[in-house]
Amino acid sequence: MTELTNLTVAEIRDGHRAGDFSAVEVAEAFNANVAGAKALNAFIVETPEHALAAAKQADADRAAGTLKPLSGVPIGMKDLFATNGVQTTAASHMLEGFVPRYESTVSQKLWDAGCGMLGKLNLDQFAMGSSNETSYFGNVISPWKRNDGGNAALAPGGSSGGSSSAIAARLCPAATGTDTGGSIRQPAAFTGISGIKPTYGRCSRWGIVAFASSLDQAGPMARDVRDCAIMLENMAGFDPKDATSLDMAVPNWEAALSSDLKGKTVGIPKEYRLDGIDPDIDAMWDAGIAMLKDAGAEVVEISLPHTKYALPAYYIIAPAEASSNLARYDGVRYGLRDLPQGAGLQDMYAATRAEGFGPEVKRRIMIGTYVLSAGFYDAYYTQAQKVRTLIARDFEQAFASCDVILAPTAPSAAFGLGEKMADPLAMYLNDVFAVPASLAGLPAMSVPAALNREGLPLGLQIIGKAFDEQGVLNAGLAIEERAGFTARAEKWW
Amino acid sequence: MAIDQATVRKIASLARIAISDAEAAAMEGELNGILGWVEQLGEVDVTGVEPMTAVIPNTLRLRDDVVDADPLTGGNRRDDVLANAPAPQHGFFGVPKVIE
Repeated sequence: MTELTNLTVAEIRDGHRAGDFSAVEVAEAFNANVAGAKALNAFIVETPEHALAAAKQADADRAAGTLKPLSGVPIGMKDLFATNGVQTTAASHMLEGFVPRYESTVSQKLWDAGCGMLGKLNLDQFAMGSSNETSYFGNVISPWKRNDGGNAALAPGGSSGGSSSAIAARLCPAATGTDTGGSIRQPAAFTGISGIKPTYGRCSRWGIVAFASSLDQAGPMARDVRDCAIMLENMAGFDPKDATSLDMAVPNWEAALSSDLKGKTVGIPKEYRLDGIDPDIDAMWDAGIAMLKDAGAEVVEISLPHTKYALPAYYIIAPAEASSNLARYDGVRYGLRDLPQGAGLQDMYAATRAEGFGPEVKRRIMIGTYVLSAGFYDAYYTQAQKVRTLIARDFEQAFASCDVILAPTAPSAAFGLGEKMADPLAMYLNDVFAVPASLAGLPAMSVPAALNREGLPLGLQIIGKAFDEQGVLNAGLAIEERAGFTARAEKWW
Repeated sequence: MAIDQATVRKIASLARIAISDAEAAAMEGELNGILGWVEQLGEVDVTGVEPMTAVIPNTLRLRDDVVDADPLTGGNRRDDVLANAPAPQHGFFGVPKVIE
């Protein structure tokens, strides 16, 4: 059955439709891979019965001639999406044992499209992290190893590290991710897969555990660009239950895929050329520029002058929103309660939150509380929101002279687990290329482009204009066709 | 501007997170590192720049003024709402006594 788990979403969909195999065979093959990959710790909860039930339905629908867009395709669900009757934790102790009585809009759309769920994927706690080392349920391990003969365990990226690890290891053909400041793109780059964060508002946030509401956006992760287009079509769409949901029709992104970039202009932001960056990153970027020229695009240098201020602005805005959003975990309505002997309500709140949140979550709540507190609000938060306006304006001006922007996804390949945990700032800097597009709400994707000298995948990032996911996907496809990235992690788990 | 341990304890109290003296000491260094780094935003000339309020221009919608228009977010779901409560009592959320 190993062949079935090598198929893409499109191949599973089309092969099932054509009668080449049954959906049950596909689900069983992926369930077996999931069950055999405990060493990766990619899943918090496995749901083989959910995948099988959807597969049986898909086979029945095929017999009845009532196939749905994704009938027969099993996927992984990041454990940030509320799933009715299935534990939803955001990888936190706070929500351990929380079993929603409702379904998130995005996951419901995928089930309605015929998908089955293989399980709930591990992540950084409350999606706060860039290496999947802040999960209460343990680190996710990347399937990739360096080619130096060593055996160092590598980070799958974060926060969607369970999603990236599981897809790279063929535990699922696609998965959901969420991206607040790079949490889809950076893990995709670290594991040699693709992932797209659509325009802010394309996918409903309803039922997604909130981190920073003005930045949080769901998107798909998969092995190629076509699969990302297919998944996104089935995740996006207007939802009256999300006040910031875009009331726009969902384009048929898959049908309009085209890697012919004639007449398109690609911008290369000069501020993303960092001093002292790994030469493999710059070499990959230059190769990417050549690929897009080969696809017919014109390439121009652009300037995004406020780039260096994006990360510090993000690390004010995101913690500020998080401190507000996470105020809901009070030990009263759901989740953990720690009630010390004789404690009153205030002590119960403080004890519950001390017990239920991990160190990185506490750190961000504390930063957020401080920058929003009386006397500091204007100096930190208002200033950051003004800088955010300038960052968005940078993009607006750049897009006057180009259609998409090409840049590296991350400043390095995957690092070893533990290598950056001692210094929160060093970890934050890993998102330097990902955060600006998040602050501006723009669609952005990562596609695998090369291996570095250690044999590890590197990703190229394409940033597009608001609502132009098509332009992003098309440029991604042009790179995918030319990079010919077929490397995969050798199985050790 | 550097913050001291008393400020760390004050922030923790505002955030309703209990911290030990050892944690406060560790956080003092971490928070100062992060806050010192974000202070570079002060260099940016923001004269005449409005703070961002909506990343993608959008208008706030009003839903129809109908009771329980959406069954998922409407009323009459007490059991669902209480299903994950740590200490539900008599159809309510239970909390420690707050009035003497």
